[in-house]
Amino acid sequence: MERFNKPKRIYSMMVVDDSSVIRRKIERAAEGAFFRVVATAGCGKEALIAFDKFHPELVTMDITMPHMDGIACIERLIAKEADLRILVVSALADKATGIEALEKGARGFLSKPFTQKQLNDALCELVED
Amino acid sequence: MTEEALQVFIEGVLNYFRHTADKGVKVGSPYLAEDIEPIMHDFTGIIGVSGPYRGSVYFSAPKLLLTHLLLALGEVDTSAENILDLVGEVANTISGNARKSFGREFLISVPVMIEGVIDKLYTPKHTRCFVIPVYWKSYAATVVVCLEH
Repeated sequence: MERFNKPKRIYSMMVVDDSSVIRRKIERAAEGAFFRVVATAGCGKEALIAFDKFHPELVTMDITMPHMDGIACIERLIAKEADLRILVVSALADKATGIEALEKGARGFLSKPFTQKQLNDALCELVED
Repeated sequence: MTEEALQVFIEGVLNYFRHTADKGVKVGSPYLAEDIEPIMHDFTGIIGVSGPYRGSVYFSAPKLLLTHLLLALGEVDTSAENILDLVGEVANTISGNARKSFGREFLISVPVMIEGVIDKLYTPKHTRCFVIPVYWKSYAATVVVCLEH
């Protein structure tokens, strides 16, 4: 049984993670579930550039990345678009990191490792009204 | 490092592999690297740890295990580039999950990935290194935790 309602439309999405294997895992899982990946980025700096170019409606965000980490990137993205829906997908499993990400403007937190169903549930929850 | 701290990493390894399609993962009895030299494999991911805990965490695995793991994750590109990426991601996930127990002051670096068997552990002087043997499918891998607190 599904925990969340299926989205009513397709949402554009950006995947930010320094691991290309994880970026593609998220892309594969998301594209079967009402989400269309319009951009990917390997660090916070790349994400800011890609956001300006593609204007995704939601973002999955890793935390530990080179050049600019996920927490700093969330702050910058929210400054650009306050209503942006950001799901943190990170191995950092402590509560304090999750709380900091939410305080900066993220709307959800999914701990790595994750299953396809866990990711789909988290994405569907992110776009529920 | 205490037995409880070592258990955090054992749980991290088990948790990682239990999220794959084949959940049959086992760990062997941990031992000190100064007693028996750890078996390092074709690819190794290394995470540096700073803050109150200092040292490094290694995940080392043979190419075949990592190729199989990539396929289990749904990745069809099993190039050396993706294998290196994956070995770093496993090390990162095991280390990052440890913050659930150690808190946010357990600061971890981005992974350093090495192709080829390493013959030396890079760790602060006088730090004791514990080796956790990992068995998944028919493969063996190694986690080495070198931390001082």
